[in-house]
Order: sequence, then structure tokens, then C-alpha cells
Amino acid sequence: MKEKFTTLKSTAVPLPVENIDTDQIIPARFLKATTREGFGDNLFRDWRYDANNKPTKEFVLNQPNYSGKILIGGKNFGCGSSREHAAWALYDYGFRVVVSSFFADIFKNNALNNGLLPLVVSDDFLKKLFEAIAANPATEVVVDLEQQTVSLNGMSEHFEINTYKKTCMINGYDDIDYLLSLNDEIRQFDLAHS
Amino acid sequence: MSDQKPKAIFEKIWDSHVVKRADGYPDALFIDRHFIHEVTSPQAFDGLKKRGIKVFNTSRTSATADHNVPTKDQHLPIKEALSRHQVETLRKNCAEFGVELYDLGHPYQGIVHIIGPELGLTLPGMTIVCGDSHTSTHGAFGNIAFGIGTSEVEQVLATQCILQYKPKTMKIEINGKLAKGVLSKDIILYVISKISASGATGYFVEYAGDTITNLSMEARMTICNMSIEMGARGGLIAPDETTFNYIKGRKFAPQGEAFDKKVAEWKKLVTDEGAVYDHVLRIKAEDIGPMITYGTNPGMGMVINDRIPTVAELKEINEQASFSKSLDYMGLEPGSQLLGKAIDYVFIGSCTNARIEDLRLVAEIVRGKKKAEGVEVWVVPGSKQVEVQAKAEGLDKIFEAAGFELRSPGCSACLGMNEDKVPAGKYCISTSNRNFEGRQGPKSRTFLASPLSAAAAAITGRVTDVRELV
Ligand code: SF4
Repeated sequence: MKEKFTTLKSTAVPLPVENIDTDQIIPARFLKATTREGFGDNLFRDWRYDANNKPTKEFVLNQPNYSGKILIGGKNFGCGSSREHAAWALYDYGFRVVVSSFFADIFKNNALNNGLLPLVVSDDFLKKLFEAIAANPATEVVVDLEQQTVSLNGMSEHFEINTYKKTCMINGYDDIDYLLSLNDEIRQFDLAHS
Repeated sequence: MSDQKPKAIFEKIWDSHVVKRADGYPDALFIDRHFIHEVTSPQAFDGLKKRGIKVFNTSRTSATADHNVPTKDQHLPIKEALSRHQVETLRKNCAEFGVELYDLGHPYQGIVHIIGPELGLTLPGMTIVCGDSHTSTHGAFGNIAFGIGTSEVEQVLATQCILQYKPKTMKIEINGKLAKGVLSKDIILYVISKISASGATGYFVEYAGDTITNLSMEARMTICNMSIEMGARGGLIAPDETTFNYIKGRKFAPQGEAFDKKVAEWKKLVTDEGAVYDHVLRIKAEDIGPMITYGTNPGMGMVINDRIPTVAELKEINEQASFSKSLDYMGLEPGSQLLGKAIDYVFIGSCTNARIEDLRLVAEIVRGKKKAEGVEVWVVPGSKQVEVQAKAEGLDKIFEAAGFELRSPGCSACLGMNEDKVPAGKYCISTSNRNFEGRQGPKSRTFLASPLSAAAAAITGRVTDVRELV
């Protein structure tokens, strides 16, 4: 069972960069752990810290006026490596939603499998989000998964999410529970195809 | 499933592997072959332990250690504690769950996507997954192969199935004759530069056309390998005589009569006349030159004697910002040429270009020559078998004479995880598949290119148009 997700009201962290790949989210040299925990410390490691391990002032996660459980990224978020550690790192750091106008496939699956909502908005709405948060970092964004809406400052947009994945997120279900229930059918299939 | 609609190969394989299709659920897709490695499997095995379940069918899973291994002194214990722990965890898990492991020192060890085909574990018509995005490599044999996350690795270990929505289909047709010095790596870098790093997201690609069918299996693997770099779920090539000849006699491939029976089945893996793709892209081989990337995603590539675009040439504001950030990182000027640019490192390796044919191509152009002064050159074979073969052919002598360092198999400098890293600020021309910021080590700068272009740069010490050397 994962943590259940229904609605979330939070300030958001803007990261207006396109093609943020999973090597940026969590560089390979931090993938050596054999558990799922603790990856948040190295989230965006090479953007967050300089060569001497000092926090970089410019990077948004080091700026005290930006915080919250929602990360807003540019187009093609999560491309590159299939490492699920990227989703674990974002979650472990405290994010529950990533908003972008476009997500890479594997990242999207990995996020959904870990209770992290990849929320797709239009290019136009993404621009408005970045503008609103730049103007006022205290702006609160409301994500309502049941209604499939994302709102702020009186603006709102409907977002799409697959019905099955939505049910899983709301109830904290795992794919594996469903697959395990198919055990007999899978056995037969395996025998017939060996 | 017996609908009569003409189908693409992809759909035939997919539909024949659906164990259950239920309303409101993704397809439960049966997986014929599962590859695992040390980095993305430990948490999956933990999941099995917590649930108290076994591996569903151990004969369908094979393991190797590749990402996190040193490429020197592989017979010694791994120095770095965390890396050693990860490899040891794989060992323990494989022993406990009964999974076959090609460990360090084993004659079959190597990069997971190199050893599968090499051992005849990768066959046409299969569904293949691995917790690694370059699983698309295996598609060169006419199968559905794609990368998955660790939760999905756990699903496959536990149930031999995965829950998936069927992606859309794209056909990329390439016809014509390639110029001398232009390799399959150049084809795929060219394609990605045309459709961008996200242009095939949501699609499964089929590569077709006479340029593709004229390629060897190893060259085809290079193309399918990089399908993920344009966002595609995977990429495949219809199996043909070239495919069957490659498979014949390999360790775990069907042998004798069983092989002939299989070939008869595999011959049916063709796209039906009239099958519809969601998207079709046509490319002329004549337009492709030796390629090089200048930016920090594989879509930022060009023919080696072109110039980098200027900011004004990009349409979107967002794109301009990301472009400038990328060139800043690379220390390059918009509008400039890369030809003649000095490089510091050359990496010939990775699941994209570390097979025996790649090493032969490099050896051929390097024979009797020496690397440029001050340039560090690493040749890292993709597997133990490739290493043994290279030595049997005397390629090691050629590399040695040229001042290249031939190492032991592993992912090496492809991902900046193990000991092989490119230092901050240094330029590396690399035959791998990703030029992301820090991919080869913190602040390293990567130019992706073919093995020939990398070899040419090793000799001249500069970005070089290999067409002038061949
Ligand atoms: S060689 Fe590189 S791309 Fe290939 S499996 Fe290893 S790390 Fe991944």
C-alpha cells in the first residue's frame, strides 16, 4: 500500500528548464543504495551543490522563499534513464506532485507507481503557473485528483489521468496486487509459451 | 485475439502476449525474457521478500553486473564500499531466488544489452524487459523490448507480467546508400536530431527501408539502442536472414530442428500489407553525414561539419533558455563549428557501440597510428566475450601500439557511476548514448559520435570529419 492521494494544497517550486533528465534529478553516482529511502538528500545534487558541496545560491531549492510539495518543471520532464530512484528522490525530498506540459513515459510510470502525481497541463497553463509563482512565491496551488483540476489565483485547468492509475493513487493500490490476482491465468500462459 | 485488421509486427507481438485485457485496466502483458543488474534490482527483491513470494519463473530471468563495476582489476574485490555492497547484494539475491548470474569474471559477464543477444537469449517475437532504458537494443531482433522501473522489475519477478498500455506506432523508413565513413550510429543521431529528444514519446518505433535491412545485426542494435533518446518506448526491426544467421548456434538459442521450427515462426513476423502506423517518417540515407552532438541532450546533434544553431534560429522562448543553458554548460558558442575543437578524452564503449564490429572498425582506422598527445583514450569492450574475441584477433596489440587503454567489460564512463569518470570541464568524444549534464562525471562535457569519429578524434586530438580519413 502506498500513501493515498486525493487533494493537495501547497505552494510550489518552479524549475523552468526543459528536458530535465533523470541524471539531473539524481546523478548515477548516488544510485548505489539498495533501499528506497534517503535519495532526497541528493535530489538535483549537481544543481543544488557546487564542486565543494556548498549549496548554490541560484538554485531554486536553496532559495528560502520557494518551498512546497509541488514541483513545476519544463517540457519533457524525466527523460533519459529509467532509474526509479528519480521518483524516489523527489518523493523523499517531500514532493507529492510534479507539474509539466510533457513527461517522459518511463518517468511517468515510475512516479505513479510511487504515489507521486505527474500532472500534465497545457503549455499555456504552465506559463501562467511560472508567471504567478515568480510574481508571488507564496501563491498556493490546489490539486484535486478526484475532480482532476489544478487551480491557483482563481484560474483552473482540468487535467487528464488514466482512470486506472487515478483509482490506484486515490486508494494507494499497487499494480502488483492486481497482477498477483491473475496468477493462475499467467501460469497457464507461461506453460503454453515455453 | 482474432481480429482481421492488417497488423504491424509490433501489434502482432503485443497482442499475442496479452494474458488479460480487462475494462478499465492496462493490459497484463506476459514477459518472455527479463534481464536484471545490480543497480535497479535490489529494491525489487526486497519487495518480494516483504511479500514472502518467489520469482515466478527463474528460467526467464538472467542477471549480470555491469553498471557499477570497475573496468580494471576485476579479479580483485571492488574497492568502493557502496559499489561492492550493491554487487554483493545482487549475488545474494540471485543465489537466494535461484536466478542465473553472470558475475564479474564469468566468461559471459558484460553489459546487459550486449550479453543478451550474444548468448542467444534475445530472440525474435519475444517480449523483453530490463530495469534499464536501453533495453530497446534487443528490438533489433524483431521483438518488443523496453526499459522499466524498479517497481516494474518487482512485478515481473513476482508475476512474469507487467501492466502496460499499448503505445502508438511509428515507422521510420530509411532508404538509400550511406556515404563512406557513415555508420548506423550516425543514422540514429541524425534521426534524433530531426525529431528531438521527446519526438517519439508515447510511440513504439519500427525501423524499415533498405538502408536498415542492409545493416549487420550489430549495427542494427546501435540504432534500436538509442530509440529511447527520442522518447520512444522502444524500437524494432523486422527479423530476416541476417537475424537468423546471427542467432544460429548461439549458446542459449534453439538448436537443430528446434531452431528451424522457430525460424519458420519468425518468418511470419512481418508487417501486413495495409497496416496503419500512427506516424510515418521517411529519411534519405544520402542526407546523413557523420554526426556529433553539441548540447546536453541527444537531440542536439548535427552533421560534423555543420555549425551549432544561433539562439535566434530557435522558435520558442523556453527552448531558447534551455538551449543557452546547455551551451553554457558545454562551453560552446552558438553559431560556431565543432570541427577542429580540441578534446581531452575519448570513450569507446557502452551498450551502443562496444561490440566486436565496433572495435574492429576502430582498430582498422587506428592501425599503425598513435593517439594525439594529451588525449586519454579508453576502449571498454561490452562483454567478456567481446574482450576475448578482440584479443584473439590481435586488436589489443593495435590499441596498445596506438596508446589506447583496453579495459575490462562494463558500462564504464557511459554513466559516471563507477570509477571511470571524465573530470569536470573536460571534453570527451564518446560512443555512448547520453550527453546529459554530468553524465560522464560531474561537470563533464560529452560529444556523442560514432566509433569511427571517436577513433579519428583520438588520433588528431580534435573533432575530425572522418570522411577525410577513410
Ligand atoms: S552502457 Fe550506459 S546506457 Fe548501456 S546499460 Fe550501461 S549505463 Fe546504461
